Formats: sequence, C-alpha cells, structure tokens
Amino acid sequence: MTTTNIKHVQKKSALARPLAVLLAVASRPSGLVGLILVTFHLLLAVVSPAITPYDFKEMSPQLTLVGPSFEHWFGTDNLGRDVFTRTMLGGRQALLVTTIGTVFAITWGGLLGVLLGLVGGRLDELLMRLVDAFLCLPWILVLLLIVVIVGFGPSVMILTLGFFFGVPVIRMARAATHDVVALDFVTAARARGESRSTIVGRELLPNVLDVLLVEGAMRWSWMLLTFSSLSFLGFGVAPPTPDWGLMISNARGYISIAWWAALAPIVALSSLIIGINMFSDALAKALGIDRAQKAPV
Amino acid sequence: MGESLVQVRNLGIGFTSQAGATLPILQNIELAIGEGETIGLVGESGCGKSTLALAMMGYLKSGLQVLKGGSLFRGVNVFDMNERALEDIRGGNLALIPQNAGQSLTPTSRIGRQIGESVKLHTMLAKDQRRERVIELLSHVRLPQPEDMLERYPHELSGGQQQRVAIAMALAGEPEVLLLDEPTTGLDVTTQAHILELLRELAAETGTAMIYVSHDLGAIARVSDRIVVMYAGELVLEGPARRVLKQPVHPYARGLLLSIPRLKESVVPTSMPGRPPSPGRAGQGCGFADRCPMAVQRCHDEKPLLEPTASRELVRCHFHERVELLSPAEPPRRPNRANVDELDSILRLDDVAISYDKPGIVDQILGRQPNVTPTVDKIDLTVRRGETVGVVGESGSGKSTILRAIAGLLPPRSGTITYEEDESLNTSVDKRAKDLLRRVQLIFQNPDASLNPRHTVAQILAQPLRLYFGLGNDQLRERSVALLERVRLGADYLERLPSQLSGGEKQRIAVARAFAAEPDLVLCDEVTSALDVSVQAAVLDLLTQLQADRGTTYIFVSHDLAVVRAIADRVAVLYQGRLCEIGPSENVYRFPSQPYTEVLLGAVLEPDPDTRPALVAEDVADLFPPDKGCPFQRRCPRRIGDICDNETPPWQPTELGHAIRCHIPLAELHRRQEQSANTAAEKLEVST
Repeated sequence: MTTTNIKHVQKKSALARPLAVLLAVASRPSGLVGLILVTFHLLLAVVSPAITPYDFKEMSPQLTLVGPSFEHWFGTDNLGRDVFTRTMLGGRQALLVTTIGTVFAITWGGLLGVLLGLVGGRLDELLMRLVDAFLCLPWILVLLLIVVIVGFGPSVMILTLGFFFGVPVIRMARAATHDVVALDFVTAARARGESRSTIVGRELLPNVLDVLLVEGAMRWSWMLLTFSSLSFLGFGVAPPTPDWGLMISNARGYISIAWWAALAPIVALSSLIIGINMFSDALAKALGIDRAQKAPV
Repeated sequence: MGESLVQVRNLGIGFTSQAGATLPILQNIELAIGEGETIGLVGESGCGKSTLALAMMGYLKSGLQVLKGGSLFRGVNVFDMNERALEDIRGGNLALIPQNAGQSLTPTSRIGRQIGESVKLHTMLAKDQRRERVIELLSHVRLPQPEDMLERYPHELSGGQQQRVAIAMALAGEPEVLLLDEPTTGLDVTTQAHILELLRELAAETGTAMIYVSHDLGAIARVSDRIVVMYAGELVLEGPARRVLKQPVHPYARGLLLSIPRLKESVVPTSMPGRPPSPGRAGQGCGFADRCPMAVQRCHDEKPLLEPTASRELVRCHFHERVELLSPAEPPRRPNRANVDELDSILRLDDVAISYDKPGIVDQILGRQPNVTPTVDKIDLTVRRGETVGVVGESGSGKSTILRAIAGLLPPRSGTITYEEDESLNTSVDKRAKDLLRRVQLIFQNPDASLNPRHTVAQILAQPLRLYFGLGNDQLRERSVALLERVRLGADYLERLPSQLSGGEKQRIAVARAFAAEPDLVLCDEVTSALDVSVQAAVLDLLTQLQADRGTTYIFVSHDLAVVRAIADRVAVLYQGRLCEIGPSENVYRFPSQPYTEVLLGAVLEPDPDTRPALVAEDVADLFPPDKGCPFQRRCPRRIGDICDNETPPWQPTELGHAIRCHIPLAELHRRQEQSANTAAEKLEVST
C-alpha cells in the first residue's frame, strides 16, 4: 500500500460516517418522513422558478379571491395572483436566509463556545454572563429595531439572525466541550505541547460536532419560524417577493371568505418546520445524543 | 456440604443482535451452592460473571433473555417466580452487595434510616426494636461508634466504611446467600484487605453462603472455599480453592495465574496471546481454542463438556490431564542493573511541593500564596538514566500529581524540578521548548479516554510525528508502521478507530504514541490499571522490551504493588503526598522498614492459599495530610509519641541507596516488626 492508499481509505471513512448516520436517520419512521419533507422543500426551492405555472407578480383584477379550480389549484389571492405559484416560491427567501444564517450561527457560536470551554477562567466567566444577559432580551423587539434601522435585505437578515441564534449555541458548545475537555486525550495533547488551535480543531471539534449538528438542525427550524414571524409583521421580505409569512399576513383579513389563500402557505411552512423537527430528533437519536438530558438552552 | 441453596441448571442467557440473531453470553452453566459455602466466581471482563450472579437473583439487565434452563433457589426456579415472590427472596434470602457502595447508598438519607428501612422490609421487628437491630448490624460490620454512625450521611464516610454499611444493609434480612459483585474493586489495598477479613469472619459467624464475583484472584483466594473460573460465557473450571490456585487443570486458569505479577519475585509475568471472543461470538469449538497453547483441530471443532477429574474438579477441556505437563514459558528477564547508582541523573526533584489551591482574588492582589498544606510536599527524588522508578501509594497519595508536575500540567508551588542537570522543568507546558516537550512523554491510565475516539490510529500516531519532527505525509506512514511494529501490531491497524480495538491494543497505541516522540523519559500513570491481568502482563512486557531497546527511563506510578515489583528497579512509597521510603525495589519489598510500607505490603493479597495479609493498622485514611509531623502519624502502628505529631521525620539511610523517613531508628523498627510477627504467629496458634 502507498500513501495515496491511506488517504483514500481515510477519505472513504470520512464519507462513510455521514452516510451511515443518514441511513440511521432514515431507518426511523419519523426520521424518514422528516428527511423526505426537508428534501422536498429544498428541491422545490431550487427548481420552483422553472416550473411554476404562472408569473407570481401577475395580477388579474377580475379573478380576485377565486377558490381552488383546475386553472388555479390553490385559488387566487386578493390581487388575483395564483396562490399555488406563490406558495411554491414562498419558501425560497426563507430557506436561503435561514440555511446560511444557521450555518453562520453554528460556526461562530460553536467555535467561541468550544474555545471558552477549553480556556475557562475569567474570560469565560465574563463572556458567559454577557450571554446570560443577552438571552434576557425580548429578541423579537430587538430584531425589529435592527431591521427598522438597517433595513431588511437578505444579507442583513442572515447576519442578524445568525448573530442572534449563535448566542445560545455558545452555551451549548461550551457545555459539550466541558464533557470532552476533562478527558485524557485532551490532557495528552496539552502535555505534548499542541497549540490551542490544534486542540480545538483536532481534538475538541470532532467530538462536539454531533451536538452542534443536532443543535443546528433545531435552530434552523426556530430561525425559520422567526423569519416568518418577521415577515408576517412586514419586515422579512420586500413585496412583491412571495413569502409564506407575508402571504399569511395578507390573507388573514379574508380568511372567512377565502380560506385557501391562507391555508396553502400555512401548510407549506408547517410541513417544513415539522419535517426539520422530525429530522433533528431522528438525527439526535442516530448520533446517540439524548436531548431529554441535554435540554436546549 | 448440605443441600443446595442455589442451583443453576443448564442456564443460557443471551441477547438479540440488531441483525436479529440470538447471541448467547452465558452458556451451559451448571453450578450448585450449598449452605454456608463460599464460592469465588472469577474471570476477565466480559466473561459473564456479573450476569450470572445477577441471574441467580432472577435479575437480568435490559435486553437480556433466558434462552435455556434456569436458576433454582431452594428448588424453585427464580425465573418462574412472580414479582411478589422475587421481592421476598431478594434482600430476604438472597442479598446483593454491589461494587460501588458509595453509589448504592442514598446520599440524602442518614445511615441509620437507610439500614432501618432494610430491617423494616425484611424482619418483623417492632419499631422500637429496629434501632437496636441497626446498631447491632453496624457493630457486626466492625464500624466504630455505631450510635454515632446512625446520624451520619454517606458522604461523611470513607469508601471502606460505605462498603461496610452496604454489607450491614445486606445482612439486615439475615440472608442465606450473599452475592458480592466486585465488592472491593476500587478500594485501597489496606481497605480491601480489611473488608475481606470482615467477610471471612461474617461467613464463619453467620454461616451465610457467599458468591464472590471478582476479576481479582488475590481477593477470591482469600475468601473462597471453591473457585469457579469463567471464560467467554462458560464455566471452564470449578474446584476446591487450593487446587485451582495451585494446580489449575484448565489451560486458561493456568495462563491467568501465570499472568498475575507476584510480590515475591521481580519478573514480568507471562502474558496470554490473543483476546477473548466478544460476548456472544464464541464459535462452535472450545471458546479458548484460539489462545490455547495446546489446542489441536479437535478443540476448534468440538465443544468440550464439563467433566469431573480424579482430583474432584470439574473442567471443560478435552486434554485437561495434560495441562499440568505444560512447561511454563520462560518469563522475560529484565536487564540486571545492579549499578544503578553509577548512572547519571536524568531528573531531579528537590523539595517539591504541589498544591491544587489557587490563590483567591485578595491573595492575588496582595501577591501572597494561600497558606494551606500542599497536596504534595517535600518530594526529593533523583531518577537516573535508563532506570524504572516505581511510585506506589494509595488513592489520593499524590502519585499522579507528581507526574502532572513533571509533565508541566500543574507547575509545582515550590522546590525545583531539574531535567538533565541543567534544564528547569518548573515551567508549565506552554513555556517549554519543543525539544524538551518531546523528551518527556506521558502515558495515561485509561486508553479509552486517552485516545480521541474520532481519530484513526494513523491520525493518532501522526500528531506527535508532525508536531516534533514536522514529518510530511509520505514519511508519516512509514514511521507509523515502524511504530506499530515496535508495539507488536500490524500495519493494518492504521485505519482503525479506537472503538475497533481491544483494551490491550488501545493501550499499545497509547504507548506507540508516546514513543513516537523518541522520548528519554516516559511517565506512566497507572498504565495497566484499566486492563485485564492477561493483557496487563503483555503491556508490562512491551514496556520492558522498549526500555531494553532504547534505554528509556520510566517513572511508573501504580497502586498495584505487585505490578511495580515486576517492572521497577527502584521504588518510592508515597503517603498523603509525602515520601516515606525510597530504595531498590528488591530491598524495599523484601525488608519493608518504614511503618507505612510495612502496612501497605502487608495488606497485599496474593492468589496463593498459603499467604495471608498482615493487618497491622486501621484502614481509615484521613482526607487531608496533617499540617506538621509525620504524614502517617494518625494510623501508624509504631507511633512513639509527640515527636511523630510535631516534627517531620528525617531521612534515615538504611543501605546503599535505600532510605526511610521515620523517627524510630532502623534497628529498633526491625526489632518491633519481629516482635509483632511473633505475637501474630502466637495468636494464630491459639486460634487453631
């Protein structure tokens, strides 16, 4: 065997684990349903612009609030726009912002948490008290404030949501690190004289990654809800871009006469969130993390 | 022997694997325990001994099921009993004493109440008589001042006292059978010896039958009439204790006995090759065939039956009459280093004190040290190049703390640590030069914790190679394979994860990682404590070989005196963070002079029916070392007076390179030792 061979084997084993974990997730009924729902929504978000039957902006004043029919499967809204088209497209902005936002939140919160868990001491003490204080803030108001001041482009949303959702991740990652940092292999690395970044990157991160993944999946669904709430309040996306939260908000005034206009985005949003939750539960079980014991903060 | 109290009949217990196959972890178990009998159940981890003991109480861990047969208590199968009946016999007729008494006691309730509850549950005593009974039970287990004990909480007791309380609780229902699941594992040597003596006495007084489960043949030898040896879920040998220990007629039992290091001789014991089959994976033939020195084709094909021998044992081996003829393998010799004194020193500790207490904020501002007694104090030690210095002591004696200080993980509070005469090791790890770090390496107790579970063996070995030698990917593999060869593992181990290795293999990888740095000094922190004896022997052998090849110096810390005897040239005895005695291990073990060394060595149990521990002092250790005077003042059997409390005993040289810390002159110490040995012998004569 040559060196390339080891690399090959290592690469294989690096891919084998995620694959095995996905299989384990899919082997549970709830995990399978979750996985299918999430995949469906992600695929739909990618391909929907190409397959929608109508233009989402196209208004037809003579066809406002028409019920489901063969031409308009989910009916039309108060401006005569096709609800089916708008529902298909309505998750794109939300998914884009929350997916990147979650990755951002997990990355900065996770790294900082692991580092604090390793160094401990006064810096740790100080920052954790800041985190505590931060978690006391009524976040939706603070978010609104930021959005009002800075505006709500996708990049602003990603940064704000990513920052807000990263704060509790610090705590989670720090707690997970505390479980690992006391183990002898970390002591061994310290005694060897490894640098702090090597210890974080090589020894600690691989062992807290599972916790971070599960945490990320959970935060993702919460972030989606938050984004949709902001959008419902009119601060998520700029009209006429279709978005579930905004669609629900628009349709709620006519809910007694045109229930379909509200129902379609509600079903879409809930199915995605339920899907993510089922997936993250199954993921936690597949990775052997007992969420009953490690309650999210 | 009377009628059988407990009878296990053709018992098979197994679990269903994920693939749906039923895998047995206990097979064909036949065992009978008569009234008042003491049986030792011995075997290595994973052999099913605890499962068997619990099955006798009708208890199965979750996921396990009875496949065949059953276990009878007074003629009734416990697995046919309903919950009510089981509740009645558990604790009432069959009582269990678990391994960790500290965990089996409720932390929030007083000792008196906890034992009182057992009394209430299993006896008809009226309320006012219960207290009397509890006191009686407590004095029965030789706890001092039983009345005071009633009011205490479990955390106020030492480990040994907690175990005594657990025994008292088990005795509350006046059981006919006591099941002891590793009751002394995790206790200090002196405490263990005392608990075992107590159990012997209780067995004699109450006539309770005992089933003593342990991996430790020394403890088993002390308490058992009969010994049952288990291997891979089967009973392989059963016989009178003396026969099993002296002339085992099963090759596994023989190998197990040979792999145990003994106090009397300074040789590395013979290890057994291979590893036991994982639970439920034993093949169709003899479970031991793969590791057996005398296995032939028949052993692999045909399962041997448990058959009686001429000398009243039951043995599961096709060729048991040949076992005695097996010639013992030549034990690996250690290089003889008689002239240790002439070697130059590699490490010197001068008056080192180490403390875990950090100065509080006020002290920090004022720049003063907290005025507390340090955990480890007044350590003077010179380690010479190429030797092995053993450091022995009970838990909490500061053995590992000293290693941490040398490794730079916990810099000493005062004193100096000097490496090779000129370099200071007082600094912490992050202030040491890379080359200095490389030359001092550490190996840990538990390889499960010291290897990152997410790294392959290749990644584990690459870390020191990259860090110290800056090797690139091409050289890494070559060096890793060479390292694996040095620890007698093949190149195919490179891609494995720690979870795919056995305990012994993991520890070899940990050894390989330390040796990857080409160190001069290796600090071994209880490196064999987490391993089975047969594996321990192999690791000890490996360490001596590596030392012979490379001239590496070891500081070998262990609580196991026999292991240190097997590997160390010199030994230092530590009590509560203070050195008591230091000298060539030959001298220290043969003529222990310092009173603590005497107590410690006296308490060691050996798997030999002809030895008995000498219990010369109480087993209750204090949590904190005394502020002044001799550290051993509170337990010392040879105490002479106030001088012991007030003055630190001076170093007293006895022979070349051997010194003790004691106020009593050496000759006087030896005279007193002789005296007490004589009185002990007299006592023994009177009692027999």
